[in-house]
Amino acid sequence: MQSVSLLQELENSQLRSVHPSFRCGDTVRVHYRVVEGEKTRVQVFQGLVIKRHRAGARSTFTVRKVSFGQGVERIFPLHSPRIEKIEISSQGVVRRSRLYYLRDRTGKAARVRDIKDR
Amino acid sequence: MNTHPGIIGIKVGTTQFFTENGEVVLCTAIHAGCTVVGKRTQEKDGYSALVLGLGESKNKHTTKALRTSFEKRGQKTPRHVQEIRATAEAVEAAELGQQLKLEDIFAVGQKVDVRSRSNGKGFAGVMKRHNFRGAKATHGAHEVYRHGGSIGMATTPGRVWPGKKMAGQEGNKIVSVLNQRVAKILPEQQLLLIEGSVPGAKNSVVRVQGAVKKNGGK
Repeated sequence: MQSVSLLQELENSQLRSVHPSFRCGDTVRVHYRVVEGEKTRVQVFQGLVIKRHRAGARSTFTVRKVSFGQGVERIFPLHSPRIEKIEISSQGVVRRSRLYYLRDRTGKAARVRDIKDR
Repeated sequence: MNTHPGIIGIKVGTTQFFTENGEVVLCTAIHAGCTVVGKRTQEKDGYSALVLGLGESKNKHTTKALRTSFEKRGQKTPRHVQEIRATAEAVEAAELGQQLKLEDIFAVGQKVDVRSRSNGKGFAGVMKRHNFRGAKATHGAHEVYRHGGSIGMATTPGRVWPGKKMAGQEGNKIVSVLNQRVAKILPEQQLLLIEGSVPGAKNSVVRVQGAVKKNGGK
């Protein structure tokens, strides 16, 4: 099919392969460029990756953190030029690819085992 | 009559891209490698239009009459042929066999009308086709859950009003979507990206023309 490859080509041109590979359960720091009127600044969003949606150029990942007792989740397009960089602060050990169960948990129960403690 | 310049193309599929400042634009890609295969002029045909051809068809899929009519002009038989109304000057300027260039016809940000055949849904009931509510599943209802209810009155008027919404064929008809925006033009790949969705399945023929309601209705 010619049409499929045309679309593929288009999407491949959007790919950025500058980020380190990370998995669900990892704690990451996402440096995200925010445009406020005229000014641009870099905001850091630190949290646990609870979902990775792997779909070529359309890939996204969801980062969850608890901010002032309130759970906050943010979905980032992986190949967005607004992502300055992604730092992995720790790697976690999890048994599933979608960590939605963390939404129902708070405090100590919402922890993910670190790879170093295995 | 829409006489704005336009093209015909094949719907490739939907995708997205990032703009320079990082915004995601969802769009539909249309592969538009159409050529001018004929002309209609005021003197000869009573109206002016361009005949556009798309793709190439195999000999076994064409009649000899059709095939030779193109061969006489030194052209291959296109898979799809459509006429697109154009001004007399535009018809004058076009050459037979010439490939229409996307970048000459469209500009990024321009509003366009898109016309194609929508996805067929078959013979659909009133709930799917007209968003009727259906009937209750309980309280003594018997096998009428998805029915439309009454379709009219009694002896007066003694008939069903014209245009009454009933079950029937849904989709698989030509649909126009007005005022869509050209998101990006890729001349090398002959791709036209249109913001949002475009009716119809992948590989279906799509007609894109300048927006009729944004440019004085001509």
